[in-house]
Amino acid sequence: MKLPIYLDYAATAPVDPRVAEKMVQCLTSEGNFGNPASRSHVFGWKAEEAIENARSQVADLINADPREIVWTSGATESDNLAIKGAAHFYKRNGKHIITSRLEHKAVLDTCRQLEREGYEVTYLEPGADGIITPTLVESAIREDTILVSLMHVNNEIGTVTDIAAIGEITRPRKIIFHVDAAQSLARLPIDINELKVDLMSFSGHKIYGPKGIGVLYVRRKPRIRLEAQMHGGGHERGMRSGTLATHQIVGMGEACALLKQELQANAEHAESLKQRFLSHLDGIEEVHVNGSIVQRVPSVLNVSFNFVEGESLIMSLQDIAVSSGSACTSASLEPSYVLRALGLNDEMAHSSLRFSFGRFTTEEEVDHAAEQVRKAVEKLRELSPLWDMYKDGIDLSTVEWVAH
Amino acid sequence: MSYSKKVIDHYENPRNVGRMDDDDPSVGTGMVGAPACGDVMRLQIKVDNAGVIEDAKFKTYGCGSAIASSSLATEWMKGRTLDEAAEIRNTQIVEELALPPVKIHCSVLAEDAIKAAIDDYRRKQNDSAA
Repeated sequence: MKLPIYLDYAATAPVDPRVAEKMVQCLTSEGNFGNPASRSHVFGWKAEEAIENARSQVADLINADPREIVWTSGATESDNLAIKGAAHFYKRNGKHIITSRLEHKAVLDTCRQLEREGYEVTYLEPGADGIITPTLVESAIREDTILVSLMHVNNEIGTVTDIAAIGEITRPRKIIFHVDAAQSLARLPIDINELKVDLMSFSGHKIYGPKGIGVLYVRRKPRIRLEAQMHGGGHERGMRSGTLATHQIVGMGEACALLKQELQANAEHAESLKQRFLSHLDGIEEVHVNGSIVQRVPSVLNVSFNFVEGESLIMSLQDIAVSSGSACTSASLEPSYVLRALGLNDEMAHSSLRFSFGRFTTEEEVDHAAEQVRKAVEKLRELSPLWDMYKDGIDLSTVEWVAH
Repeated sequence: MSYSKKVIDHYENPRNVGRMDDDDPSVGTGMVGAPACGDVMRLQIKVDNAGVIEDAKFKTYGCGSAIASSSLATEWMKGRTLDEAAEIRNTQIVEELALPPVKIHCSVLAEDAIKAAIDDYRRKQNDSAA
């Protein structure tokens, strides 16, 4: 077993060696290095062929038309293009946008920018299970709503949004529905024909492809129009200018082709790892999995270890690479906004870690990680005055703290 | 975040972890910080008749630097008189543990805990004298 153990697949995944092999064939003078936009020679034609092959591989995985696939630099750019592009194009129809407090910063910050431009944004509040329900969406819709933007799988807690049901609400009202699917593409089957989703963001590096590449799916029927955010040579049917990065694109295409074969096996593997991991934690008091326990993917687990502070816990887990559920890595005053949106109190939010498993995670690694977690929690609780108070039966919410 | 060797040493082998009887008149207890801020320190001292700190114990909920700061504080307090202990400054803790700027608040908290424990002990003494 190689140490440290990587359990942060929600942050990024390593490039699958089969993907890397295809990528290196698109770099040097012996390889497919041409500019795909060069129309006058074979180098350009070959590069264009590789791009279009990759486009078909992505489309094939989600059952889309290749002409609905727009290459971007990553999910952040896809989110920006989808939200700003649609809001700007359809501004005559209204200026109201619906999103949620659980979204990634790429969505939230883009919405903040639109607010500065005069749009109005409703940020839906989830229940304690972290689920944005179709009912919540429906009740926020106004006459002037033009866009709903929600994530498919939450990056911090792994909960799944029922995008099929939400699409049934938005489509008849001609409201554009954008879904950030960066975390779901490698974890859940997506059939775009079964979903009334109009725009969908994908990322290369979350699916065992390279960083620096992403996709925005833009529906053709009914046709969705976007105002370009990046101007230039008019690449990608005018929606996103810039020379296409052949090696990155080929990598993302190959990663999708592999998922087409292996998604089901990967998902079953993740489910068994989750059960194994949680069974090891069974019996430790005051351990909580955050977010719905049923409406979730198995490979992203956000766990609160009450009365233990997250950063010191990570310090004890030297053999494991995980991320602090709380956005603060410096014991700052702000715990994760996602956990806060679930209604977790500050100390629980400060006591949370995110474990995320992937294609290359082994049972042995999960066993070792869980054992380290158990030891670290025991050690830190021995050190924790809050644990003492809990054991003495003191309700911590009734204590008057000397805040600093 | 990389930690200094001294922080790691105190974190891995914390000195004087424990708890003393709150009701003992010779014990002073200082509890500072808040769970919402991510750190809570409880520091306790046992003082002999000559006003010398004969024992010190701590428990801390917080990051590695907070644990190290309170561990170091207990080490430094033992054997000092109350007045001497009251002179321990957070800047000395920062220097000893090589704390980075984002962790200075941990040392401030430790200084606050020292003062709170001393104050608590003195209050108890005054109350029993009165």
